[in-house]
Amino acid sequence: MRESILQLLEKNSRLSPADLAVMLGLPAEEVAAELGKMIDEQVICGFHTLVNWDKTGREFVTALIEVKVTPQRGMGFDRIAQRIYRFDEVKALYLMSGGFDLTVIVEGATIRDVAFFVSDKLAPLESVLSTATHFVLKKYKDHGIVLEKAVSDDERMIVSP
Amino acid sequence: MTDSKKGFVAQKIADLPFSGIRRFYDIADEIEGAISLGVGEPDFLTPWNIREEAIFRLERGGTSYTSNAGLPELRREIAAYIRKFGTEYDPKTQVLVTIGASEAIDVALRAVTEPGDEILIVEPCYVSYKACIIMAGGVPVVISPKPENDFRLLPEEITAKLTPRTKALIMGYPNNPTGAVMERADLERIAEVLREQDILVISDEIYAELTYGPVGREGLGDAEHASIAALPGMYGKTLVINGFSKAFAMTGWRLGYACGPAELISAMTKIHQYVLMCASRNSQYAGLEALRNSHKSVAAMRREYDARRRVLLDGFREIGLPCFEPRGAFYTFPSIQKTGLSSEEFCEKLLMSQKLAVVPGNAFGEAGEGFVRCSYAYSVESLKEALRRLKAFLRET
Ligand SMILES: Cc1ncc(COP(=O)(O)O)c(C=O)c1O
Repeated sequence: MRESILQLLEKNSRLSPADLAVMLGLPAEEVAAELGKMIDEQVICGFHTLVNWDKTGREFVTALIEVKVTPQRGMGFDRIAQRIYRFDEVKALYLMSGGFDLTVIVEGATIRDVAFFVSDKLAPLESVLSTATHFVLKKYKDHGIVLEKAVSDDERMIVSP
Repeated sequence: MTDSKKGFVAQKIADLPFSGIRRFYDIADEIEGAISLGVGEPDFLTPWNIREEAIFRLERGGTSYTSNAGLPELRREIAAYIRKFGTEYDPKTQVLVTIGASEAIDVALRAVTEPGDEILIVEPCYVSYKACIIMAGGVPVVISPKPENDFRLLPEEITAKLTPRTKALIMGYPNNPTGAVMERADLERIAEVLREQDILVISDEIYAELTYGPVGREGLGDAEHASIAALPGMYGKTLVINGFSKAFAMTGWRLGYACGPAELISAMTKIHQYVLMCASRNSQYAGLEALRNSHKSVAAMRREYDARRRVLLDGFREIGLPCFEPRGAFYTFPSIQKTGLSSEEFCEKLLMSQKLAVVPGNAFGEAGEGFVRCSYAYSVESLKEALRRLKAFLRET
């Protein structure tokens, strides 16, 4: 049941427990209870709306920062990761294999804000060895959703056999 | 002298009506801002890997004819794919690639029909069967399975219509427009009658991939299609028609196929060769990619259709529109008898007052009178909006 609920919700978080129950052929109370459990267990971590801010007047930039760090004895990367992800500016943080250790996705109102965050908060951290900041110029697709569709909504005829 | 009204047109064709869908389309197309559950094709775009393969092939050339029966590797892939329904076909002699299932239906009927031969059709059904029989010089003989049997075909309904002139039976399950399926046990029952008869079964299985379990059960889109060709004694007397339009969301590519007895495929290839030469090469490449690498996309679409089917059926229940539980394709076929309106009146009034287009059941044969076809090849949001409008309409009539 979990997996079916999650598969549906991942694509459309507006589905109500009643909708899910109909789609999955399950009693609505059971679905609601399972949802509650998954929220408690942090299997479900939030119900977000994917916004294309570029279409609004809001000024903002996104940067991807490659960070090299020294892991700490007994804590590995977790401690430094925690130091970093607690900043509100940090939208996502991943531990990486390969040429650097952490990918930090940062959002700020302006390039200067992000630059300030890197030079003033991130780079000076004791275990941070180096940073390389890449600014996002345009978002084409996010969370599996194409942000600007090239094709019209529905090209089908209104009635067909 | 030519008749001034029909000009040079042959009587047989002049007498052939335009399909009821087409008539209704002309009305619906005029209504500004109408929404629709009237479409008989997927709302999904063809999966990108298939589109991308076609683009790649065009870049490299690939603009010539192919062999009449279709690219050998596509026929091999079709034979390998269709094995999952329990049948083995020799790609060289038993598979013909056609321009949609539509062409396969036409060519098959022309290949088997002698003037005056009776061909059984199971109505309500896809609109082309009857017309193709008439154009092939045959006589359509209609069987109408009962709504109370969920539109499943029963053996005695076949025997009641058999005559010495019966040449073939054409049926399509999962069914357009009802969404009915014939499960293996249902097919066993009719096979018992058909085995004894010297008649061909033309089985249009274009919706085979879109088969679902009972709505009250967990697990989306996990039911299995049964093919009559796989039943003992039926293989040699069944022609299976299938295509890419529905399963792979490829309606505009015009690609289908037929599998069956070698002598019949050979006869069909003869007609196909003279009339159409071959299916589009580019579409055939796309079809190859579809069969090789798109099963995840097909499964995802099937799950999505199943979820929508449940939403629509639940909505009908809530607004009090009786509807049997369809287990295939992407159609529901609710009964509108209690409104006292005919199918066409219902659809026209619904369109005028609520700007919602659904298809009158009688467009698929007399037996569809009293029903309307509502497709769920639409997003859940669109289905809910349509249900709101239906509810409002039922309240005012
Ligand atoms: C039952 C049935 N058979 C055949 C077809 C024709 O399909 P194609 O696009 O392959 O010609 C359709 C299309 O609506 C259909 O519903």
